[in-house]
Amino acid sequence: MSLFWLILIVLAIAVTGYVLGRARALSSAGGERSALHSLPSYYGANVAMKSAVPAFLLLICWLLAQPFFINSTISDMIPDSAIAEGSSRGLVLAEVRRTARGLDNAVASGAIEDDFASNARADFNDVTARLKEAGQIVTSDITQPVLRAAQQYRVLVASGNFYMSIAVLLVAIAGALWALRETNKDFRARNTVEQGIKAILIGAASIAILTTIGIVLSLVFNTAEFFRLYPASDFFFGLTWSPSFSGRGGSSELGIIPLLWGTFYISVVALAVAVPIGLFAAVYLSEYASPKVRAVAKPLLEVLAGIPTIVYGLFALLTVGPMLVSVFGDNGLGIMKAGTAVMTAGLVMGIMLIPFVSSLSDDIINAVPQAMRDGSYGLGATKSETVKQVILPAALPGIVGAILLAASRAIGETMIVVLGAGAAARLSLNPFEAMTTVTAKIVSQLTGDADFASPVALVAFALGMTLFVVTLGLNIVALYIVRKYREQYD
Amino acid sequence: MNEMPNIEQATAMTESKISADKVQVYYGDNHAIKDVDIEIQPRSVTAFIGPSGCGKSTFLRTINRMNDTIEFCRVEGSIRIDGEDIYDPKVDPVQLRAKVGMVFQKPNPFPKSIYDNIAYGPRIHGLARNKSELDDIVSSSLQKAGLWDEVKDRLDEPGTGMSGGQQQRLCIARAIAVSPEVILMDEPCSALDPIATAKVEELIDELRENYTIVIVTHSMQQAARVSQRTAFFHLGVLVEEGPTDNIFTNPKDKRTQDYITGRFG
Ligand SMILES: Nc1ncnc2c1ncn2[C@@H]1O[C@H](COP(=O)(O)OP(=O)(O)OP(=O)(O)O)[C@@H](O)[C@H]1O
Ligand SMILES: [Mg+2]
Repeated sequence: MSLFWLILIVLAIAVTGYVLGRARALSSAGGERSALHSLPSYYGANVAMKSAVPAFLLLICWLLAQPFFINSTISDMIPDSAIAEGSSRGLVLAEVRRTARGLDNAVASGAIEDDFASNARADFNDVTARLKEAGQIVTSDITQPVLRAAQQYRVLVASGNFYMSIAVLLVAIAGALWALRETNKDFRARNTVEQGIKAILIGAASIAILTTIGIVLSLVFNTAEFFRLYPASDFFFGLTWSPSFSGRGGSSELGIIPLLWGTFYISVVALAVAVPIGLFAAVYLSEYASPKVRAVAKPLLEVLAGIPTIVYGLFALLTVGPMLVSVFGDNGLGIMKAGTAVMTAGLVMGIMLIPFVSSLSDDIINAVPQAMRDGSYGLGATKSETVKQVILPAALPGIVGAILLAASRAIGETMIVVLGAGAAARLSLNPFEAMTTVTAKIVSQLTGDADFASPVALVAFALGMTLFVVTLGLNIVALYIVRKYREQYD
Repeated sequence: MNEMPNIEQATAMTESKISADKVQVYYGDNHAIKDVDIEIQPRSVTAFIGPSGCGKSTFLRTINRMNDTIEFCRVEGSIRIDGEDIYDPKVDPVQLRAKVGMVFQKPNPFPKSIYDNIAYGPRIHGLARNKSELDDIVSSSLQKAGLWDEVKDRLDEPGTGMSGGQQQRLCIARAIAVSPEVILMDEPCSALDPIATAKVEELIDELRENYTIVIVTHSMQQAARVSQRTAFFHLGVLVEEGPTDNIFTNPKDKRTQDYITGRFG
């Protein structure tokens, strides 16, 4: 029975349960709705919930656990002698799975009979030949232990799937029967459904949190692995970044300082562009613009936030870079060698952040109570005096929070840097030189063909972890400030 | 508090501080103030009373053009202060509001220190040439508002951290710090306990010597206690206006009579 049909049957049981539960509840009250504790649909939902949810949970757990179980059983079947020099148990197991899949496909297409495929005495040469004939890809010639293991694998998978279907269906039916049994007019179906919905919501929330923890853990393990191969002090305090992809990266210098400097420098340029412009735009929109202008301008500005960053990257590469070169390059002031530079990436990133800053600040400025403005106007202050002396100071903590959030976005930005700032890690003060950032380097370390176990590739995780800690810190500070500000007017 | 002799009132009538003539106010299509004519005497307290939603706040706000800040609000007719039409295009509303101060229904101190709250207006209008002059303005305003003794030792604490009654008096002090000629007060005691209310009323009575005061109130007793003249509004119309004693003891209009005897509103 395929998974698809299994799911469909469980759903059918749930739907039937719903109908039956509803009917049973109604009949227990003699057909009188008002005698029921809850609306009839709640009784139905209770039955459907109790049949479908545990069944699906069991299904998911089984699907997750079965491969582990089968793998360990198969693994025991393969003697150490069957593992060739330079290979590993993992590779052999992969071979087993591939063979099993080949047999499956061959049987499904009718090229070989099921009996033959599972015949324990079948000769492995024969099987290999038949499989090749059937058009199945067999990488190396199948050895006897591999064939036996593959056959066993097929048996285990088939029986596993069979027992799983039985178990899931039994749970679904048992759940439905149990829920039907407790259905009568006094049963508090409404409260039970409420509990069930709460459990489902908690489940969703915990998945989000668990994945985050999982991501952090995977970063942590790989980072620890990196620090085993490469001294942490060299990583954190090294002033040069020159990974060598040849060999196993033994001669690489992997100092994070030039990358952090590039990240910091580009973010500062970006914020220097985005903060004043974004803030002024926000003040205009919330204090000066007529409702008509506001209704058009605000969504328009927010559209900017929806543009994919790769498009900004192209803009940096094709427009801003060459423009800057024509002014600061060899034909102009002569301090800029190529279009890719801190300035190029910073300017474009700043443009990207403008809507971000302005939209957040606009919300914060609007949250300043009208009474503040009235108080100021009532004393004969002009609009700009009111903005400067009352509104901005009152909104300041929130605006700082918005700026910090923008900063953490600038730090995490990758595409604009790759296309706008170049790839050279450099410690320099000249904003017209190419530099690169932590994120851009993470991409280039992992997309090269370096061995995944070498420090040159693993350093990406250490970089990611550092970045994660920095942005997390910034976000926490920002959220703290924003929250504190909110309390002020509540 | 109400012993202004009739002769004095009669002479005052001839040169009123504020005179409104056929004032109409619209919020979009809502005709909130209809044909209001009123003369407000200098150096006296005029009380606006009337049921909720009758347009007291709206009319008060037309006197210092605070309605300009509301997009869809339209004012017609003329309001003259010292004979000058304040809705004349030549008049700068910002300048006008320095002359006609306003205390709002809900205390709205700025999130600044007590000192900066009071100094806000004088600084904007350049009323003090140096720090010591500014200090003088701050202390005298706080003294007039009866708040000086309570706050003189903590002028650098935030104004938002004071009690509701203190905040209300802070807002009054803030309004008189710019030396306006007229002070408009919209239910200045609505959030106050009887003791704070008494203090504010006392203050209004003192301020009357130097300022022209218009006060909106829901409390008939308060109107009777502090005002010399009372105007009764109903559904956007000025029903009756006259010396406070007359309005309360001998109302001419049936609606006024019903309102002050508590039959509606
Ligand atoms: N900002 C506004 N926008 C639209 N309509 C308004 C606005 N302010 C007041 N109005 C309308 O104008 C009318 C008069 O309101 P106003 O606030 O002047 O009443 P009020 O006499 O001060 O009442 P209260 O005693 O409850 O304060 C009401 O019908 C109200 O709905
Ligand atoms: Mg009002």
